[in-house]
Amino acid sequence: MAKLTIKDLKKSYGDVEILKGINLNIYDNEFVVFVGPSGCGKSTLLRSIAGLEEVSGGNIFIDDKDITDAAPAKRDLAMVFQSYALYPHMSVRENMAFALKLAKQPKHIIDKKIMDAAKILELDALLDRKPKELSGGQRQRVAIGRSIVRHPKVFLFDEPLSNLDAALRVQMRIELARLHHDLKATMIYVTHDQVEAMTLADKVVVLNKGRIEQVGSPMELYHNPTNIFVAGFLGMPKMSFLQAKVISANSLGLTVELSSGVDMCIPVSSDGIAKGSTVTVGIRPEHIQITDKNNSNFTGRLDVSEHLGSDTYCYVNTDANEQLTVRTPGYYQGKYGDTVGLQVDLRHCHVFNNDGQSLYKLNRSAA
Amino acid sequence: MLSIKQGKQLNTVLIGLLAWGVALVIFFPIFWMILTSFKTEIDAFATPPQLFFTPTLENYTLVNERSDYLRFAWNSVVVSFGSTAIGMLLAIPAAYSMVFYETKRTKSILLWMLSTKMLPSVGVLVPIYLLFKNLSLLDTRTGLIIIYTLINLPIMIWMVYTYFKEIPKDVLEAARMDGATLFQEIWQVLLPMSKGGLASTVLLSLILSWNEAFWSLNLTASQAAPLTALIASYSSPEGLFWAKLSAVSTLACAPILIFGWISQKQLVRGLSFGAVK
Ligand SMILES: Nc1ncnc2c1ncn2[C@@H]1O[C@H](COP(=O)(O)OP(=O)(O)OP(=O)(O)O)[C@@H](O)[C@H]1O
Ligand SMILES: [Mg+2]
Repeated sequence: MAKLTIKDLKKSYGDVEILKGINLNIYDNEFVVFVGPSGCGKSTLLRSIAGLEEVSGGNIFIDDKDITDAAPAKRDLAMVFQSYALYPHMSVRENMAFALKLAKQPKHIIDKKIMDAAKILELDALLDRKPKELSGGQRQRVAIGRSIVRHPKVFLFDEPLSNLDAALRVQMRIELARLHHDLKATMIYVTHDQVEAMTLADKVVVLNKGRIEQVGSPMELYHNPTNIFVAGFLGMPKMSFLQAKVISANSLGLTVELSSGVDMCIPVSSDGIAKGSTVTVGIRPEHIQITDKNNSNFTGRLDVSEHLGSDTYCYVNTDANEQLTVRTPGYYQGKYGDTVGLQVDLRHCHVFNNDGQSLYKLNRSAA
Repeated sequence: MLSIKQGKQLNTVLIGLLAWGVALVIFFPIFWMILTSFKTEIDAFATPPQLFFTPTLENYTLVNERSDYLRFAWNSVVVSFGSTAIGMLLAIPAAYSMVFYETKRTKSILLWMLSTKMLPSVGVLVPIYLLFKNLSLLDTRTGLIIIYTLINLPIMIWMVYTYFKEIPKDVLEAARMDGATLFQEIWQVLLPMSKGGLASTVLLSLILSWNEAFWSLNLTASQAAPLTALIASYSSPEGLFWAKLSAVSTLACAPILIFGWISQKQLVRGLSFGAVK
């Protein structure tokens, strides 16, 4: 169990810089999730930590020991691969024993560790099978078992659940959360599934184009994204973005006029925002309500509605033809093409300046 | 009209017949060679060729009297196993680095290696002969092992390369994460995973070395001469003795044929690796 520090880590393939200076602290027992769009460098970062990729610059420390150039075998990290990467010629038992045998541990200790791990992961009955005789979920369990018998300093997971079907994925997600709780281990987990990120993480690291956009707890990132990328990346369905022009800025907040002609006063810091400049307003689906169109000066036309049972997500086009996503109760029955009134919870609106940076919320404590 | 099932059955029968036909065509020369080796020289020349005759062992007795079969056979064994072992020792690391640490030039290097096989051997006979002479390698088993290793190495690397290509990189990385050294990674994970392919590479190299005749005839005289040289010594200017030639050829082929027969399962599995999962 350990602490991991990454300082100004860089990685290039030829002329292409993939990681552009990563700084990150990961503390003991933390469950850290790397998320980001495909190709942003999540796997590359994880593999650099593992020692499977040579880095082009910067340093990695485990417990203050510089391991930047250490061989993977010397780092005492365990990795679970997306493809499981089990040894096909070995039985489940041998797969789990492999690392322990290499470390020359005595046989009775190896046996005990395997039995313990098998119990946790319910692999008891499968110990003498070969990987090809297992289902996907069972293989994934073996891959996890192979890493937990080692009691490594840090667990690394690269999209471990993405080859499983939806139901199994939920189940394994819960098991992983339990495992993290029981083992009290430091874990780093790569995924592009934001549900996994939100549910598993103590700390989420949002990556984009080889840079860290934001680091924080899932709730922090959800409620106070520092920029438009993080705001748009986290949340299902996505936050809606509307273009607006600043009409006035004072200590109570920013008064803006949306492209559709609607005025609203949003309680965010107006520091550095000039009257007349353009900004982007971000609203999450749960912060808009559909109201009577006759009592509202903000209206739109109902596009498609998605009925999920508990909720219905309505897609509404504003007068300026921008799309808004609205969460309504499951019983809501709007008709395609209806004109509806919209009521926005202004305290929860986000405003982003021209550089995409979030403006500080004045009522942050109330958020 | 045939039903689908009947059609399938017909197909199986046709494919079976074809396979038997091809096998017979390939096997016939060997069959005829073995048959002839049990004929008298007169029967061997008879027209039309005789299928039924009184078998005799006189050719074998004569071959045994005239030449020291075991010495030639032992040379063949040492030279083919020696060159195969050294070849594998070189081919495995070469293919490993080309598959798992591929560079921009890897493909060209592979092609270049294969291109050396396109050079007619006789083109380099004189330089090699002189080299061998200066290094006192003429008529030594060491010399033959060196030359066989060199001529088979491109094919061995190619074969091992294609088998390693099939191995997912993740599994080797998992071994590395589990604490394996480079040697342990190769020995305990990579090689067991590709053992079918490696076995067929070994077999092919053994067969090629065993049957090689050009260099063994030109570079050996008496000490290091393998079985191919023994066969050649029976097609001498004194005239052809078909029956004796057949007997000695049978003796020369027998070990490798038996060896191939025993290991045919490995061979088929290795050669169809990837095609049949
Ligand atoms: N061996 C390589 N050579 C050159 N470029 C590479 C190599 N490996 C990865 N890349 C590039 O590095 C970038 C980051 O790749 P990486 O695998 O880290 O993405 P990722 O965030 O894990 O994406 P995904 O969610 O699709 O797995 C990609 O643009 C990829 O094309
Ligand atoms: Mg990836």
